[in-house]
Parts: sequence; C-alpha cells; structure tokens
Amino acid sequence: MLEKKVQILVCSGNRCNSGLLIENLKHAVKDQGLDDYIKVIRTGCFGLCSSGPVVKTMPDNIIYTGVNPEDARVIVEEHFVKGKPVEKLFYTDPVTGQKISDEKRLNKNKKQIRIALRNCGVIDPEDIDDYIAHNGYEALAKALTEMTPEQVIDVVKKSGLRGRGGAGFLTGLKWELTRVSQSETKYVVCNADEGDPGAFMDRSVLEGDPHSIIEAMAINGYCTGASEGLVYIRAEYPLAIERLKTAIEQARNYGLLGRNIFGSGFDFDISLRFGAGAFVCGEETALIHSMEGGRGEPTLKPPFPSQKGYLGKPTNVNNVETFANIPVILYKGADWFASIGTEKSKGTKVFALAGKVNNVGLIEVPMGITLREVIFDIGGGIKNGKKFKAVQIGGPSGGCLTEKHLDTPIDYDSLVAAGAMMGSGGMIIMDESDCMVDVAKYFLDFTVDESCGKCVPCRIGNKRMLELLENITKGHGNKPDIERLRNLGNVIQDTSLCMLGQSAPNPVISVLKNFPDEFEAHVSHKKCPSGVCKSLMVYEIITENCIGCTACARACPVSAISGERKEPHKIDPILCIKCGACMERCKFNAVIVK
Amino acid sequence: MNKIKTIDALRALRTNIIRNKHFEEGTEPVIIKIALATCSNASGARDTYNYLVSELEKRNIETAIIKTGCMGYCYAEPTIEVRLPGHEPVVFGYVDQQKADDIIRKYIIEGELVEGIIPVNYRTIES
Repeated sequence: MLEKKVQILVCSGNRCNSGLLIENLKHAVKDQGLDDYIKVIRTGCFGLCSSGPVVKTMPDNIIYTGVNPEDARVIVEEHFVKGKPVEKLFYTDPVTGQKISDEKRLNKNKKQIRIALRNCGVIDPEDIDDYIAHNGYEALAKALTEMTPEQVIDVVKKSGLRGRGGAGFLTGLKWELTRVSQSETKYVVCNADEGDPGAFMDRSVLEGDPHSIIEAMAINGYCTGASEGLVYIRAEYPLAIERLKTAIEQARNYGLLGRNIFGSGFDFDISLRFGAGAFVCGEETALIHSMEGGRGEPTLKPPFPSQKGYLGKPTNVNNVETFANIPVILYKGADWFASIGTEKSKGTKVFALAGKVNNVGLIEVPMGITLREVIFDIGGGIKNGKKFKAVQIGGPSGGCLTEKHLDTPIDYDSLVAAGAMMGSGGMIIMDESDCMVDVAKYFLDFTVDESCGKCVPCRIGNKRMLELLENITKGHGNKPDIERLRNLGNVIQDTSLCMLGQSAPNPVISVLKNFPDEFEAHVSHKKCPSGVCKSLMVYEIITENCIGCTACARACPVSAISGERKEPHKIDPILCIKCGACMERCKFNAVIVK
Repeated sequence: MNKIKTIDALRALRTNIIRNKHFEEGTEPVIIKIALATCSNASGARDTYNYLVSELEKRNIETAIIKTGCMGYCYAEPTIEVRLPGHEPVVFGYVDQQKADDIIRKYIIEGELVEGIIPVNYRTIES
C-alpha cells in the first residue's frame, strides 16, 4: 500500500518565521527536477523555538535546526541528491557538544512536559485496560502492598508538590494533617469545581484520564485513613461526569475500588456530588457545605477541613490537577519530580492558554518557565500581528501583568511578587485593542455576581468598586475615584471572609498599578485609548471628506445621521448608539471616532 | 470480570493487554486516535469521527480507531493522530471532512503527508 515518498517538513511557527526558507526549498527542489518526488510541507511548532527554524525530513526522520533560507539549496543538494545528511545543520548539544539529529533525543529540549496530562489524548478514557497498559494502578498497588501510609506521605512531601488549585499549599503536609486528625471516619474530596473564566484544565484531565484521579484518590484514602471519596464536579461538565462514572464502574469491576483492595485490607469507594456552578464552591469550606446540602457559603478557617470537614469529619480536599500528579510521583519517584521546576515550586503546571494568541490550547510547562516563552514560543505570539499588552493570570483572583513582567518565571512566589497569582491555570492574553479598565471591570463583574453575600466587605464593597468602575468607563469618573478604588480594594482584601472576597479586588488593583495611564485617560480626559468603552467614543463626520452619498445615513440603525444628498452629513451625538456601522460603510474615510 | 487481587496479577494483566495490542509484522492495522473532549466535540470532532469510521469501512482499510481525550491543540481542533504500520505517529489538526478525506486518500493510502501536521512539541514522562 505504501510507497516511499519524501517530504520536507518545515516549522511555520511564529518564532521560526520560515516563509522565505519554504520558498527557497521549493525552488531548490524544482531546480533539481525533483518536484514530483519531494514535497515541502509547512507544519505547526516543533517546540524547539530557541533552535529554530526547524526542518524535518521524512521518512528518514532527520531534524535540522537553525536552518537559514540560504541553507535550502544545501539541504536539497546534499541530503536528497547525494544522500548525505548535512551535519553542520544538526543540533549541537550545548553541554556535550554532540551533534544530534534524532527527534527522540531532541525531545528533552522541548519546552512543554506532560505529567498531569500524560495520558490525555493518548489513551482511551473509557477503557480501563488502556490505562493499565500505561502503568495505570501501579502506584496504588505499590502503595498498598509495599509501603506504609507514612512512607507514601513522605514521598509526596519530598516531591515538593503544591496544590494546583491556586493557593499552592504543600500537598504532602495537607495529607499528613488529615492523617493525624483523630476520627473513625474520614473523607477524601476531589475539587473539580473549575470556575475561572476561560479555564478548562480539570475538565480536560477528567475527560481524558479519569482513572488517574480515581487512583490518586484511593492512594490519598490509604494515607489519610479515609475509606470514602467524593468528587465535587459541576453538573455543566456532562462528558466529564459520564467518563468518570464509567471509570468508577470499571475500577469496581476489577476490584480496584471496593473492599480489600489488592488484598491489603484497605476499603475505598468513590461517589460523585454535583455542583450547580457557583464559583464560590471552589473554596473548600463552601464546597463542603454545598456537598452537605447546605448553602455554598464559606466558613472561617480554622477549623481546617483536615480537622473538621465534610459532616464534621476530617476531610482532605485536593484539586483535580494535584491528584493527577500523584500516581506519577509514586512510580517515578519524588527525586524525579523534584528535579523539574524551581526551588520552591516543583513539577509542572497546566494552563488553559486563551485570548489573543495564535495557538490557544491546553499546555503543561515546567515551573520556572517565563511568561514570554509561554506566550511567544508555545502560544505562537499575538494574533493578527498585533502588539502584546497584558496577560491575565490567575482568573478573577489574579492580576494583569504587562510587558515588563514578561520575563517573570512562572512559579507560585514570583507571580505573587509581580502582583498576580498562580491560580488554577487560566491564562488570558490581551493585545493592544483591549481596554484594561474594561478588563478589570469584567473580572470584578464576575466576582460580584459570584459573591455568596455572606460577608459585608465582599458583598457590598465589591459592588461599590464595580459602580465606580462603571462610572469611569461611562465618562463620569473623577480623580478621587482612583484613590477610592484603591482604598476600597485594600479594605476588601484585608477583611473578607474567604479567598473569593480577599482576592476579588486583585484584577483592579493590578490594573491600577500596571496601567495607571489608562485609568488617567478615562478619568481626566474622558477617553478610552483602545476605543473599547463606548460611552467615551464620539463618532463624527469630517465635512471636507463627505460627498453626501447617504450610505452612512442608510446604514445607521437609529437614524442618527442627517443631511441632504450631495451635501455633508452630520451625526447627532445624542441619538448615536456608537455601533460603528457608518464608519464601516463610508468609502471616503469621512467618519472618524474620537 | 476477574478481580485483580495482587500487584503481580495487575502486572500480568498489563503484560497481557500490551501483548494483545501488539500485532505481528505485516498484520498491523492503521491506528487512528481522535480527540473527543467537550471542546473537540464543539469543533465538530464527532462529525469527523463518524466520517472516518464510515469512509474507512467503505474503502476496506484495516483500521483501529481509538477515542481519546483532549490533545491540547484547541486552535487546531478537530485533531487526529494517525499511525501507519511501521511509522511514527503523525498528528493532524483542522481535520474537517475535507481534510479527513485528504488524509485517507493521500496519507493512509499513498503514504504522502498533507498540510496541517502538528509536530510533537512536548516531553513525555519517559523522555
């Protein structure tokens, strides 16, 4: 069926900028009269951006790096005509000086590492056998039959794993705290209440690799002394729920959930609890109240769930991604895991990369990678050649970072120091056409909607902040408003009951700090520099350019434009709804926006 | 289904599963993995899946189609991975019916790659 076909694959990622190289390769192939045999094909990014442009020849699988447009002819003449690989274009290992052309060996230079996502897109999530074939349940078997709970906790502690839900609490320590709490009954809870706008890491793990969560929860049960696990998941994730249910059923059938697992005397089973999609239920105490059938409202800590949680019993609550790391840590070892990342933030983090980047997607990067590498190398740069403006990291609790923060390493502590936070993994990229005041308003609007209303600072304070922002975007703001926003924000951060309130002002405070000029323009000059805040825009017709063709008047949905045929027209600013239809229709650049 | 009671039983089962998945040289099918998560489905991956199943059957091509979760390339959904016998797997993005047809006609039947390739851009826990 298969004939030998020869292809040259060329990375056409943003960083490689290989347009001319591709042209030259095509010409060189043609000049040799080989265009019937050799095809030049553009591909996506190889993830070797620092050594780009990257070229791969097929079917012999040779990788060339740092290929300039001038090298095209050499590759075609040497590699294809003479059959001799071009050694000078092989990758040179910076440490050993060795020349490498084999893609598998080059893989260690790639920026992403998939640990939590190791099985996503690889295995069939509805087939337990496929999971077992990929070392599934090995960690659970090893823990139950060869290790004591203390030893397992020790491995998790040594790995340095910190909670991936956002706050970054040490996972091993959390497990130990639940273990030492005295009680007959304890619970393990998986927090799958993913609520940040634009984030879908947990959903993807549950849909792509549900067994890893089941395995990790059972390991956690063994360590903490719990025999019941609960997954708190949003009802709006129907596919994740379906796959999780299938997986639980399959695990029960194999005896990997149930009584006396692996003959160790340890019993464990898992059931699901559905959330109705309230953001506050991602907070662990609110989540527990919701599971108990009460209102999803947080309570003061202490007591921590590890002391007094679900139904008053010690409860270990971990996020989906945290759990997804556990089986790997156990079978690859704590040292292996701790070798990835930075001194205080170990391992990797999954991000849902969204917004104005070319390659939106689910990515997993080692801690310590810079924002620049994520946005420009992995994300492929800003869409439509526009300029980068800001990155919103950490969702409604996080902050907006700017160009000057691009070289900040992504780890828990550096992000906090820069005025954002790790959060659960939402990363939204903004370009020059986004208004930062509007962005801050958007996130605050979200938290005001999602506030449970229990404590005054969050319920009333955030609402007042939102009103101030709305006024500013409508052009009714004045100078003292900026100071009011800052003061209110600080008070809310200091006095709210839970993390939702404590972090709600973060997006506003970070925009105030990083984009003071934009606030200033809105407040003092009543202008929105990005042209987003409609109330601050005025559409006008330049009399000299208008020929009176009436196209704009006919396009206006509210009849705000008047004027005689062949005479300059006028826009009534009171009637105008600023939809921009006139500007789009005008062929003479007579409509401007101020 | 037999219960797995010991670590050895688990390992034996694993060996067995892997052995059953292994094909003698010359008898391997084309293995296609298709990402079918919520986001893939929203981009039309279900239609691509149905098309692949019916089209490959129509053309009598020995294939194993595996449904997987998200491959992470949201910008290029629907995404599929094709492994021809004796070859490294190749991931293709933007696989609508037209592209699926291209992949079957050119890559699966003729062995000629088509545009839309997404190279492996990450390390795995093994590497």
